[in-house]
Amino acid sequence: MKHLLSIDDLGSAGIDEVLALTDSFVEVSSRSIPKVPALRGKTVVSLFYEDSTRTRMSFETAAKRLSADTMTFSVGTSSVKKGESIRDTVQTIEAIGADAIVVRHRSSGVPAQVANWASAAVINAGDGWHEHPTQALLDTYTIQKRLGSLEGRHIAIIGDIKHSRVARSNIKAFHAMGASVTLVAPSTLLPPSLDGWPVEVSHDLDSTLPTVDVAYVLRMQRERMSEALVPTLREYTERFGLNSRRADLLSQTAIVMHPGPMNRGVEIDAAVADRANSVVVDQVRNGVPVRMAVLFLLLGSGSEMFGSIDSFASEMESVRV
Amino acid sequence: MYDLVIKGGRIIDQTGDRFADVAINGSQIVEVGPNLDHTGAVVIDASECVVGSGLVDLHTHLREPGKEDAETIESGSRAAVLGGFTALVAMPNTDPTVDSAAVVQFVLDAGKRSLCDVQTSAAITVGRRGDELAPMAELAALGVRIFTDDGNGVQNDLMMRRAMEYARDLDVTLAQHCEIDSLSAGGQMHEGEWSSRLGIPGIPAEAEEVMIQRDLALASLTGAKLHFQHLSTAGAVALLRDAKTRGLPVTAEATTHHFTLTHAEVASFDPVFKVNPPLRTSTDVEAIRLGLADGTIDVIATDHAPHTQQDKEEPFDLAPPGMIGLETALGLSLTELDLPIERILALLSWQPATIAGLSQSHGGPIVAGRAANICVFDPNAQWKVEETGGASLSRNTPYRGRTLTGKVRHTIVFGEAVVIDSVAQR
Repeated sequence: MKHLLSIDDLGSAGIDEVLALTDSFVEVSSRSIPKVPALRGKTVVSLFYEDSTRTRMSFETAAKRLSADTMTFSVGTSSVKKGESIRDTVQTIEAIGADAIVVRHRSSGVPAQVANWASAAVINAGDGWHEHPTQALLDTYTIQKRLGSLEGRHIAIIGDIKHSRVARSNIKAFHAMGASVTLVAPSTLLPPSLDGWPVEVSHDLDSTLPTVDVAYVLRMQRERMSEALVPTLREYTERFGLNSRRADLLSQTAIVMHPGPMNRGVEIDAAVADRANSVVVDQVRNGVPVRMAVLFLLLGSGSEMFGSIDSFASEMESVRV
Repeated sequence: MYDLVIKGGRIIDQTGDRFADVAINGSQIVEVGPNLDHTGAVVIDASECVVGSGLVDLHTHLREPGKEDAETIESGSRAAVLGGFTALVAMPNTDPTVDSAAVVQFVLDAGKRSLCDVQTSAAITVGRRGDELAPMAELAALGVRIFTDDGNGVQNDLMMRRAMEYARDLDVTLAQHCEIDSLSAGGQMHEGEWSSRLGIPGIPAEAEEVMIQRDLALASLTGAKLHFQHLSTAGAVALLRDAKTRGLPVTAEATTHHFTLTHAEVASFDPVFKVNPPLRTSTDVEAIRLGLADGTIDVIATDHAPHTQQDKEEPFDLAPPGMIGLETALGLSLTELDLPIERILALLSWQPATIAGLSQSHGGPIVAGRAANICVFDPNAQWKVEETGGASLSRNTPYRGRTLTGKVRHTIVFGEAVVIDSVAQR
């Protein structure tokens, strides 16, 4: 694997690989000096065409904990505003020196285009409505830690699936790891075609919630109303918001997830977000070691690995800094 | 003594299929027959080749005036003759729009200096904005025979009715780009399985079909001659089939890409596959092929739409739609369509010449006394589509590297051999 553009690039074996490696990096993150020299001398560039403080910080923290050098190319302060093409920007970044480029763009497919032009490894940090594979990996890791395994689990993804890159990546990852997925949304917020999608569909949250192990709530954006996708946010919240009454329908062991940032009071009630079975903060915390694992797989001695975790683990023992 | 003799070819035209030489003096065919004396004449070798009337493209974007880095009238005409076309109808979505006598005259004048017969369509509405009729009578007097807002459909129902009533008096044809903007808004590819998977906003088939339904109703009301551009859906083909059964004065075209490619290509996110109307499903592709075979669709058009490399390297949703197609149209038709050569020539030459009002000089038959607009092609020669895309200034062909069967050898425009042995002569 040279790039991580889609969950399809990993498959179930690849996801297993990332999750196993993540365990090692969780251990690193718990040390008093949470840093290993695994990517010393490598440069990781964040190329973010869309604001995303949390994803960018998470990637940069991951890179730094691996001792990589980091550069940030943020649109507001760059020549992109002067109309530079993405291809020229990528060439500039590579001329300065980059081993990995982490790309976020509001248009679907930009990381794939960048991968065609770059010799560096390209990591998709979210493209349009298409995919956000590292979010899916950290979500999968979080579920695995809380529930033991995804095999045979039932996961509801609730809300605006149509415009969600998180949903597209998560559906692939959850399915690859053996979970069954139910999408809960009005038809206006579902993709026009679900041909070939390994999902069930429900328009009734109340009847779905008692059957799930995970209630994964998506962010509901206000502009969807002006597109006549829902009549009002109030009506959306009435039908699909995860309020306390609905959260009580969940089983004792079920967990609540959200990719953030949350609209408290819209798709999720404040009280629900703060319940003990909400793992929202775990998701963010796990983002760093998951992204360390991805960077290490693409750039480390692990770029040829997949199956050499044991040797990596012993290396980790010997390289405490 | 003749100026030019096309030797040893197989002539296929409306009058049949026979082996004969074609002798040309000046701009005219003066003799057609076996073993013509070529003493002192320029000899064009047509052995192994079909000699047909020159192809006519009803749908070419030449980009001049306004976007000369993507194409000029001259470079587009060079691509045209290399593809066997002797005439083309330029689309009016230039900058400025072809909606005034001055711009029509500019295109026609530049066309006279080019390699083929360049005609231009003009906009139905001023600036293609849909809210004010262009001076159609004035432009028709300059020779414009087709009016279209191509790139946009005329959205307002009453505006379209008025345009049709007015056009009927002038005996000109209205060509519609069928797309209901409110249904396609934001769409970048066909709405369906692939747009859903890739997270790209879709353009539903119904955006095209609903406008066709409206326009068929208005054609029935007004009796205007109506031509439907670039049909792309199975539903559109069915609507046209039904309309023709009812005897409405309507014609339709399909592009080469709509019978060769599907929306699955967009999985690469390469904007070279972005086109409007979008690449549709394999069911739609089959329906287009059937429509071409059974006569529902009258014309194969290129919708040759050059764009610079930097424009086609934008993100998929920001890149402009369109593909070039002049040099690949005949090869794709011969390779991909299971139709006899005379049927391909009808779709690429005879019928578009009639719709464009050019049948006096283009579209055959190949007989003495007709203008010498001729395409000589080897129907069995295999060739690879060049990486560079050929003579067009733009390279946005989705067929790079593909091997096609059927290669244009020579093109004669009004008696001038502008392409000899697949090389443009100027």
